[in-house]
Amino acid sequence: MTVEELRKQFPGLSGTVYGKPLVYLDNAATIQRPACVIDKWTDLSVHHNANLHRAVHKIAAEATEEYESARDAVRAFLNAGSREEIVFTSGATASINLVAFSFGEAFIRPGDEIVVSESEHHSNIVPWQMMCERKGAVLKVLPVDDEGHLRTDLLEDLVTDRTRLLCVAQISNVLGIVNPVKEIVSFCHSKGCAVLVDGAQGVVHTGVDVQDLGCDFYVFSGHKVYAAPGTGVLYGRRELLEQMPPYMGGGEMIDTVKFTGTTYAPLPGKFEAGTQNMAGTPTLKPALELAESLRDRELTEYGNKVRDYVLNALLSDDRIRLYGVPRGTFDKIPLFSFSVKGAHHEDLALLLDKMGVAVRSGQMCAEPLMDRFGVTGMLRASFAPYNTLEEAEYFVKSLNRAISMLV
Amino acid sequence: MKETEKTLKEVQEEIVDDFSMYEEWLDKYEYLIELGKDLSPYPEEAKTDDRLIRGCQSRVWLDWRMEEGRLFFSADSDAIITKGIISLLIRVYSGRTPEEILGDDFSFLNRIGLKENLSPTRANGLVSMIQTVRKAAESNL
Repeated sequence: MTVEELRKQFPGLSGTVYGKPLVYLDNAATIQRPACVIDKWTDLSVHHNANLHRAVHKIAAEATEEYESARDAVRAFLNAGSREEIVFTSGATASINLVAFSFGEAFIRPGDEIVVSESEHHSNIVPWQMMCERKGAVLKVLPVDDEGHLRTDLLEDLVTDRTRLLCVAQISNVLGIVNPVKEIVSFCHSKGCAVLVDGAQGVVHTGVDVQDLGCDFYVFSGHKVYAAPGTGVLYGRRELLEQMPPYMGGGEMIDTVKFTGTTYAPLPGKFEAGTQNMAGTPTLKPALELAESLRDRELTEYGNKVRDYVLNALLSDDRIRLYGVPRGTFDKIPLFSFSVKGAHHEDLALLLDKMGVAVRSGQMCAEPLMDRFGVTGMLRASFAPYNTLEEAEYFVKSLNRAISMLV
Repeated sequence: MKETEKTLKEVQEEIVDDFSMYEEWLDKYEYLIELGKDLSPYPEEAKTDDRLIRGCQSRVWLDWRMEEGRLFFSADSDAIITKGIISLLIRVYSGRTPEEILGDDFSFLNRIGLKENLSPTRANGLVSMIQTVRKAAESNL
């Protein structure tokens, strides 16, 4: 597939801002949606708007079929062992909060430890702080080095016999570095510590095989991987999910309800309380099919060309400090957070916006990481497979123009 | 004629006129950057947390003093476009009486298109700055 063919599938990409063609480089915040997802979403909203599972009527049966077949698609995409291990949520944040509550209730005792990395998104920090407070546990931090790589050499000291869970992003939303998750999992397991992987960025840019990674939990958001917003996935190893109590009560998650006591539905229903996102969740199927099809050789080579062009342009400019510097060819996705000497990230973002370039500026939901690098914020350009080399060149040109206006 | 000898409305009209010369958004920003660079210096020791305006992506410090019934503002930011906006607010509202300030609806910012472009969701804190100016006026009525 060529990039032009791919772009045709995304109606949002042909938009203009301030009379200029939109160059959308905020893909790590949310990615544009392809027509196949929009069509599925609309079709379900219009023709199959019925609540799931219970009703016997035709459109409810069809809606349920769509919803459950998305579960099969997600299972296959992640190569999970069974469909019962796939829980639908409203997003990666909801998935992490679910684990923080239910895993916490089942397994965490006072004095136990949780480890998170310094480069985590707030969504993979705050739920653990809340859990630690609730359970009297201790939160420990795995630092990153000056180039943004995890200090895995410190794991030996950090992970003790009291450490129950380590939480780490497969790829940081700020640094874009592909973390050595498989090695981390293998080390943690040797110490009897479970691992949760935040795949919010990883699922978009790398193939995911949860059995190969060996992780105990894997979470991601639908809207970052072409699906409808308000959709999300929690993969959990069955053995752990079975032992964890429900997070929320009500709706689908019950077996029988009596005032003398309620029993819960088997997996995965136990964790899917309340009316589900019946139009959104099924869009995960076409979305993940698309994501899969983008692993095509032509697009991959093209994407690498775009990434290398931007990487070189930023690294060769001594006014620019890039956070998350790759050490090899395969450990950086086309996501670039940086700061410019003498120019504020907000000013740069405002000027780039006026040139038609949408980038992110600020703390990017990773305040501890901003503190680590001694900045109040950064500028981030995050590319998707549909971004062209011409767009990358326009971005670099516009950035230079913005810098010259400010400095 | 000094700015304070003109009415508040007259100064606003001047600013609206200045901005109307620029058709392109980028040119308006270029002008704001110039204004930002020319903003009078703000003392480092006044960059304290109680003068820091919350809710901005850039940091903004805003200070004021009363002199002979008039409010004088000074402010600073680590972002230059925000400093440009500050300079507009100071040009219009500094040296005015609290009554003059409260009698204004701050709509001149809409007329140059800045408010819609820099709405609170854009995290740039224009609305917070306006609130701080109004509060200063209210507390000195």
